[in-house]
Amino acid sequence: MPARRIIPCLDVRDGRVVKGVQFRDHRDVGDIVEHALRYRDEGADELVFYDITASAEGRSLDTDWVRRIARVIDIPFAVAGGVRSRDQAAACLDSGADKVSINSPALERPALIEELARDFGSQCVVLGVDSMAEDGDYFVHQYTGSVERSRDTGLRTLDWIREATERGAGEIVLNCMRRDGVRTGYDIAHTRDVASAATVPVIASGGAGAPEHFRDAFRDAKASGALAATVFHDRIIAIPDLKEFLAGCGIEMRH
Amino acid sequence: MKLAIVDVGCGNIGSVGIAFERFGLTPLITADAEAIAGADKVILPGVGAAGFAMEQIEARGLAPVLRGLTQPVLGICLGMQLLFERSEEEDSACLGIIPGRVRKLAPAPDRPVPHMGWSRLSVADPDLGLADGDYVYFAHSFACDDGGWTAASADYGRRIPAVVRSGNYLGAQFHPERSSAAGARFLERFLER
Repeated sequence: MPARRIIPCLDVRDGRVVKGVQFRDHRDVGDIVEHALRYRDEGADELVFYDITASAEGRSLDTDWVRRIARVIDIPFAVAGGVRSRDQAAACLDSGADKVSINSPALERPALIEELARDFGSQCVVLGVDSMAEDGDYFVHQYTGSVERSRDTGLRTLDWIREATERGAGEIVLNCMRRDGVRTGYDIAHTRDVASAATVPVIASGGAGAPEHFRDAFRDAKASGALAATVFHDRIIAIPDLKEFLAGCGIEMRH
Repeated sequence: MKLAIVDVGCGNIGSVGIAFERFGLTPLITADAEAIAGADKVILPGVGAAGFAMEQIEARGLAPVLRGLTQPVLGICLGMQLLFERSEEEDSACLGIIPGRVRKLAPAPDRPVPHMGWSRLSVADPDLGLADGDYVYFAHSFACDDGGWTAASADYGRRIPAVVRSGNYLGAQFHPERSSAAGARFLERFLER
């Protein structure tokens, strides 16, 4: 594997960075470009920007802020939020994004995955999956950006990931919803199950609260990357310290 | 300096253009044969699928122009793969400037495909602006054959050509525009050629 990736996730609303707990109660935490630059300088390996309300509001994300970010940073970044068509994805890539992450729209119309993979290649197509533990299994939730519309699709997470990767998704961001924002650690067992079943890279998401949680995601769950928001935004964990700790655990880190 | 970025109708033209703007250049994004032939340096970008990109190149009548360039040319990611003879991706004929093929990477445990992320380089050619051990960013499912043209490589189950060089043609499998300081050094050295 390449060096394992530390990936700060920035939730975006109206071009500002916001953060909620279990997908609710979002508060403004600052300017998007300032955050992008700060993380780049601290050694983040990649960034993800989610326009959290785009999908639920039935629109695609605003490429204005994508351009602003692309201009200032020289590390890869993915964007997400309401991308429903080939042309909307092309607009994101033309604006300087390296990858487009799709979630609810891929559930509405799975052929979207194939359309994007065909024209842009699988490496540009990230599938975001909001997975919720229920009755001993995991199920995919949709429209999680909106409290009113959020719903259980009834699809088993592993089934959906198999279908989506066969259609051409090149990476999975696995958001374990019960862990989101609570800082008790990633769902290691679920992430490991997904990473073992998928042939594409899997990014652990939801629950990071301590450096050991990142270690477990890489060492025990075999994640290619680990995504986190709160611990970075609130400066609970500094990325240089985190990378030093992980390298000390024998995990390859970019330096 | 006139820098032309070949508009293949898809891909990472946005971020490649911005990377050169950081050097104070104003790249010309164009599909015009004369503008490409008359540029001091030519960039063949590409994120996407080989078949789609070659269709775009053929539709614009650019294949003979791209084959005949004598100024420094840099293919990036898919743009590097297009320099080779053929790609397994949709079994596409490519430009045939470098005599090898492009093959699908096979996934294995602990080695998912696409190869996505920062890998360390082994650098054979000291004139690339890159150093042994530099980390650069990869995002690809297909890789070029390893051969005499390999100037730097990464390990992904086998030796993956990270930079290829053949005469005035240079190719980077990684994304220099997204590879932070190492990527900037590589682009800067290309601009000096």
